[in-house]
Formats: sequence, structure tokens, C-alpha cells
Amino acid sequence: MAESSISDQRSLGGLTAQQIKQLERASRWKNWGRSWYKFSRNPLSVVGLVTVVVLILLAIFAPVVTPYPRHAGAFTDFAHAELPPNAHYIFGTDQIGRDILTRIIFGLRSSLLMGVLVLVIVVPPGVLLGLVSGYYQGTWIDTIIMRITDIFLAVPPLILALAVASVLAPNLWNGMLAVSLMWWPWYTRLVYGLASQLRNEYFVAAAEVNGASTWHILFREILPNTISPILTKMSLDVAWVIIIGSMLSFVGLGVQPPEPSLGTMVADGARYLPDQWWIATFPALAIVIVVLGFNLLGDGVRDMFASEGV
Amino acid sequence: MSMLSFLTRRIIYSAFVLLGLSMVIFIIARIMPGDPARMAVGARAPQWVVDRLREQMHLNQPLAVQYFYWLQDAVRGDFGLSLVTQRPVTSDIIEFFPASLELVLFSGLLAATGGIGLGVISARYKDTWIDNVVRIFSYAGIVTPSFVFAILFVLLFGWTLHWFPILGRLSEQTPVPPLHTGLITVDALLAGRFDIFLDALRHLILPALALAMGSIAQEARITRSSMADNLNKDYISSARALGVPERIVMGRFLLKPSLIPTISILGLDIASIFSIAFLVELIFNWPGLARYGMNAMLNKDLNAISAVILVLGAVFVIVNIIVDIIVAQLDPRIRLRAGRNS
Repeated sequence: MAESSISDQRSLGGLTAQQIKQLERASRWKNWGRSWYKFSRNPLSVVGLVTVVVLILLAIFAPVVTPYPRHAGAFTDFAHAELPPNAHYIFGTDQIGRDILTRIIFGLRSSLLMGVLVLVIVVPPGVLLGLVSGYYQGTWIDTIIMRITDIFLAVPPLILALAVASVLAPNLWNGMLAVSLMWWPWYTRLVYGLASQLRNEYFVAAAEVNGASTWHILFREILPNTISPILTKMSLDVAWVIIIGSMLSFVGLGVQPPEPSLGTMVADGARYLPDQWWIATFPALAIVIVVLGFNLLGDGVRDMFASEGV
Repeated sequence: MSMLSFLTRRIIYSAFVLLGLSMVIFIIARIMPGDPARMAVGARAPQWVVDRLREQMHLNQPLAVQYFYWLQDAVRGDFGLSLVTQRPVTSDIIEFFPASLELVLFSGLLAATGGIGLGVISARYKDTWIDNVVRIFSYAGIVTPSFVFAILFVLLFGWTLHWFPILGRLSEQTPVPPLHTGLITVDALLAGRFDIFLDALRHLILPALALAMGSIAQEARITRSSMADNLNKDYISSARALGVPERIVMGRFLLKPSLIPTISILGLDIASIFSIAFLVELIFNWPGLARYGMNAMLNKDLNAISAVILVLGAVFVIVNIIVDIIVAQLDPRIRLRAGRNS
């Protein structure tokens, strides 16, 4: 009911609600166009975007694009073990004869899945807690939420994630769970800072005196104004989560063999250095490229939102 | 006086954070499937031994009561026995902590000097090729996981070039100096043995550098951008217009305020260096707390895991308080505000 009283007041200037909707849609498209223009002015951002898109496509179509899809699992071919890079195996083969290129492309799957899913799990509760505690700043709700947040922020996420992953059974899903449990406080703190400022803005006061529900104020008035910093942080965080995921699998607390993962491949290959250098080097390079792609993309997103105020 | 009350408040608050952290750790340790008593005595022990141990460990009582007993022991410095080393966790920690501390402090020093140095150079020669080289280096430092750096350094400087040793804290033929602080470099200097000091330093460099790379890159970026921001401010132009020598403008007027964001994140950097040490100490076989903690995690040694995390939590709390003090010293506005509030 409170919602409708607000949307009634929108029929200004003799325009019907229909026309206003159309205008809003048009201006939104225009905004997207403007954002894209800003984003694309930095060639590095575009390089990042292209890298990320290519990596995602490679990961999705891994069974089709890889030369030896069967090598992704528990495959052995000792006749072709430890071959240096050559025409048949561009990045060489590992200690039991599996194509490294194939395993890298399949390994992208768990890295990307981790990067995306952790944020999908973490952002909604993190943002919600931040909104609520920011809006109720100074009350007991704020105190409880933010003190709990501080506890989780007291120890770096990697250490707690390692600890949680170690007490659970080691696999990709528990690794994600462990990282997610430690990642939400950063969003809570970000949104808390924004929301506690926004609650003093006139448009929030206007909604309050119009009798808008708390739900409306949190999600329709405050939340839209925090979207760009949240998106910026998300786009930069994907790279961090992927690094942490590769660290988990590097110490054996992530994806388990024979399932390929970049961190495990580096850890295994490191034992064959420096003679069979290709076993560890190419997976390590792959991690660097994935992280670089997301970082460039993230910087582009940040620059895109940079001059938009909040 | 104002600084004192600011500190008291910070310390009391930090104690509450640590109390909360202990609850989180206790819950993590208890979510593990399986019976801690059975884990402690092994699979072949008879059932009555397990039952008696369960009674001793208060495992038959409600979780809140268990936590209370655990906390009581923890406050007294008793974290129980380590399943791996079969020694009290507390004495393990006392033995392994100094090695990690030495590594992390040295690494933090590298991060601060390297990062600030590169950032200042980058800002001083902004938009020249020097600046670009530093920026590319920073990007590489940020996107490369530290374990990749560690392996790269072992391979390049250890195996190929033979510049630095790659395992442990001292060479086999080097005698260990009498330990006072546990930091071998410091102890060697205290004993007046410069040769031991050099040997320890040579062992420190590769792991410390592998740990510091990410932070050097981060600090360089932050220093560069905050110096570039401040360079355009009016007070710099007016200082120059008044004929203040460029060296003083750069060194005193520009650098000091520009370092505040860098130093604020140095606390976070120490925390992240400590967490990366969990991997890097494993690679360099560095006998520190992080390697001990990592091995405890890989062996599900719950007593050791909980103790290591609590100790590190306490370390980070202390580091953050120190960083707050330094920032307050650098920034008179914070100092004055703290004074006014109290």
C-alpha cells in the first residue's frame, strides 16, 4: 500500500504512468551506452573483458575444444609420459601421459565456478546485513551485526578458509563453502559504510514521511545507490577468490585428483622441476592469465562507475 | 592522555573481538564429523578408554559448557596435546613462532621499503617509461599467486643461479647462535657473530621476497596514486611558489601525508603476509608457526589448529593497534579528533 502511494505521485507533468515507464527505460539504455563508452575507452579493460569471455567459453565447451578430452580424468598413457611441448601436445604431457593443455582447460572450470559461485553465495547475505545494520546505525541491531563482522575480519580470510576446509572433507564444494563463510563480512562492512551515510539523505527521509515500508526503503531507496560500489568490489573480488581457490587446491584442500585443477597441477608439477618444467609452468601461467583477465575487467568496471558519485 | 584513553578503548574492544574469535574457532573445531576423543586415542583403543577420555574432555556436556572449559584452559595457555607432535601445543607454538615472526617482519620490511620506494619513483617520474615499468611490475605482482613466486624463486635463484639457499633457516655447518629472541638474525648480532647473521639473512631473502611480492605491488600502487593526488593540491603549488626547495617539498610536504593510506594498509598486509606464509613456509621448509599450522590442518590436528588461529588473531589485533598509533602520529587530524572526543 505504501508502495502504491509512492508510485501514484509519479504521474507528474501530465505524463501517464505508461509514458514515464518508457522514458525510464530509454534513459536506462542511454546509461548503459554511456557506461560502455567509458569502459571501452581503456583498451586494457576491453582486453580483460575479452580474456574473461574467452576463458568462460573455453571452460563451458571444454569437451569440444580440447584435443584429448579423455585426459581430464584418471587416464594413463605411460608411452607418452613426460613429453616436452611438441606438435601433438602443445604444452607437453604430465608424469602419467596426460595432455597438459586439456587438463588446464578442464581445470578452468573449477576455478571459474569457484570465483563466480562464492560471490553468488556471499553477496546477498553480506549486502543484506550491511543494509540493515547501516540503516539501523546506533541501535542494538547495528551493534550485534557489526561486532560479529569484526570478529570475522580479525583473521585474514585465507587462514580461516584453510581451517574450515581442513576440518571438512576436501573437495570443491567444501572449499567454496569455506571461502564463502569468510568472505561475507567484507560486503557487510562496505554496504554498512554506504548505507549509514545514505540513511541521512533527503530521499530516504522523504520515503519515511510518506509512510514507505522498511522493506521499500532498504531495497528501493538505499540498495540501488550502493549497486556500483558492490559491483566494483565483486568484479575485483572474483580474481581474489580464484587465487584463494588455487591456494586451497595447491595444498590439497580443494579439488581432489583425478579431477583437474590449476592449483593441484602446479603443486604436482613442482616436484618435477626444473627438468620437466612444463608440467608446473603452464598451469601457473594459466592462473596468472585468469587472474589478470578478471583484474583488468574489474579495474574497467571500477573506472566505469568512478565518476558516478556514490 | 587522550592517546591513552583511545588506546584503552581499542584494547578492551580487541579483547572482545578475540573472545568472539575463540567462539568461532570452537565452533569450527566442533563441526568436524567424528569423535574428538576417539581421534585422540586412535582407532584401536578399547571403548572404555574412549569413554573415560570423553568424560575428561567434558564431551558429554552441552556445547556451551564445553566451550567454557576450553576457554578456561586456553586463557591459562593450555591448548592440550598436538596429535602430530604429541607435545603440548603451547610449547610447539613457543618453539615455532619466532621463525615465522622473523620471516614476516623481514617480509613486511621489504614490502614497506620496496613498495614505498617504487611508489615514490613511479609518482616522481609519472607518465614516463620508468612509471610504466613500475606499473607493469605492480600488476604482475598482484595477479601472480605467491606460491608461483615461491616456486619461481626456488627455481631461478636457488637451483639455476645458486645465489641463495632454498631450505631452512641456516646452513648445516653454521652453528645456531645462543637463542634469546628466537630471531636468528637478531641473536647472531647479539652474539657478535656477523657470519651467522649473513647466513641467516641469505636464508631469509627468498621466502621473504616471495611473501612480500604481492604487498610490494599493492603498496607501490597506493603510494603512487596518493602521491599523484596530493601533488595537485594547492599547498604544494604554494610551497613551490614560495621557493621551498623541491627536495623539501617532495620529502616533507608531499611524502608524509601521502604515506598515511600506505601505512594504514600495512597492517592488512602483515595479516595477508602471515596467511600466505601458510603456503610459502611449506615450500621453503621454513620451521615456522605457519608451516606448523598448515601441517596441523592437513592432519586435522584440532588442538593445534585452534591455538594457531587464536595466536595469529592476537598478533593481528596488536599489529592493527600499532598501525593506528603510527597513523595517528603521522596525521595530526586523527590525533586531535581523538583528543576532542575523550
